[in-house]
Amino acid sequence: MTTDVIIRTEDLEKRFKGGEIHALNGISTQVRRGEVVVVIGPSGSGKSTFLRCLNLLEAPSSGTVTFEGVDITDPGVNINVHRQKMGMVFQHFNLFPHMTVLRNMTIAPVKLLAKSKEEAAGKAMALLERVGLADRADAYPSQLSGGQKQRIAIVRALCMDPDVMLFDEPTSALDPEMVGEVLDVMKQLVRDGMTMVVVTHEMGFAKEVGTRVLFMDYGKIVEENSPAELFSSPKSDRLKSFLAKVL
Amino acid sequence: MTFRERFVFVFIEDDRWKRHLLTGLGRTLLVTLGALAIGVAIGLLISIVRVTHDKQIGQMRRGVLRFLLRFFNRISIIYLTVIRGTPVVVQLLIAFFVIFISSNNKMMVAIITFGVNSGAYVAEIIRGGIMSIDSGQFEAGRSLGFGYIRTMWFIITPQAFKNILPSLANEFIVLLKETSIAGYIGFEDLAKGGDIIRGRTFDAFLPLIAVALVYLVLVIFFTWLTGKLERRLRSSDN
Repeated sequence: MTTDVIIRTEDLEKRFKGGEIHALNGISTQVRRGEVVVVIGPSGSGKSTFLRCLNLLEAPSSGTVTFEGVDITDPGVNINVHRQKMGMVFQHFNLFPHMTVLRNMTIAPVKLLAKSKEEAAGKAMALLERVGLADRADAYPSQLSGGQKQRIAIVRALCMDPDVMLFDEPTSALDPEMVGEVLDVMKQLVRDGMTMVVVTHEMGFAKEVGTRVLFMDYGKIVEENSPAELFSSPKSDRLKSFLAKVL
Repeated sequence: MTFRERFVFVFIEDDRWKRHLLTGLGRTLLVTLGALAIGVAIGLLISIVRVTHDKQIGQMRRGVLRFLLRFFNRISIIYLTVIRGTPVVVQLLIAFFVIFISSNNKMMVAIITFGVNSGAYVAEIIRGGIMSIDSGQFEAGRSLGFGYIRTMWFIITPQAFKNILPSLANEFIVLLKETSIAGYIGFEDLAKGGDIIRGRTFDAFLPLIAVALVYLVLVIFFTWLTGKLERRLRSSDN
């Protein structure tokens, strides 16, 4: 595992509605290659906003995001090129309903990386095989269960060979019995050494595979530690009360 | 006079069915299709401006592009307000007697008027269709690395088109019937043709019912056609 910094944020701020709502209030942190950073916190704490600022789906009000050495908040930077290297998985899957599973997975590599259809399909099929959904390649998203949709969404992002994967509450919209299958795929990714930033309510996942846990509240990182430390000996009162509620 | 004699007198004599109804039908279809083409073109353009403005202006930095977008958005809103806020008959009369006063090409005036009028409605239909697509679709496209235009093209518009097809077909049918007011500027379309026969033969019932039937058959045909297209596009929704 190398230790170079892949994402660095400096004094990230995000205000909504003309400054009334301060969703992010000065976030400075970094993600090293191979790390699995898990972001936890109560709803409204800004953790999703933080994640969405990392690939600029949400434009920060101020502060910088540096990805692989490039300040992507610089207006002169073509963000589309950098987003190709940052896979994202959403709470509501966001598969393209008018395309088959295979087309969902191949459209970006074919259109953006100029891969041939055969090459992209080959890679997509190999990924589908790994998540046990090879037989659903020709299905449409509406024919899949929630867990299947999310597994497809993960491998769709992987088709672009990203350097980092961003997960925005990937299991929150799932029926309980489907959470496991999605977490399994994510753990598989961790074992492969993928760099990940995961916003989640799954404390078990954070404990088991997280290398570092960020606890956010009111748009700030309140506490930051290894999962073992953070869960067993929380320092701040806010984290203590949060953990008392969720564990 | 038997019905048969009356029918022959009204429609067959002087080739009235051909001179007034058939030619009129041809003109009605021509005006409708011409207006549809203009309407869709204008509608597409206006909706692109409006949607891009609403989606993007918040993230745009000050500059020429942002200024232009603001400007064209304003123009679009004025256009939509004026066109949708005034009766199409009045628009037709203004077009013929004021704007194109030096031209006597009634067909052209009719096509442009109905086209410009329909464009306003089509624009709002398309905009509604694009806005109805969940913003997560847009974000998913962008997060994979697609730019704004390519996300629109590959991901949003195919879904939006499916959603708006019924409204678009409805707009087409409304347009087809609406062109019947072209007689106001003396354009001899299908409706006017029936009216001319009424004037010549002093028989109101047969020609007007005939005209109504032709419109009805047209509408039923186009409704059937779009229904077929809709079912084909629904294939991914099962």
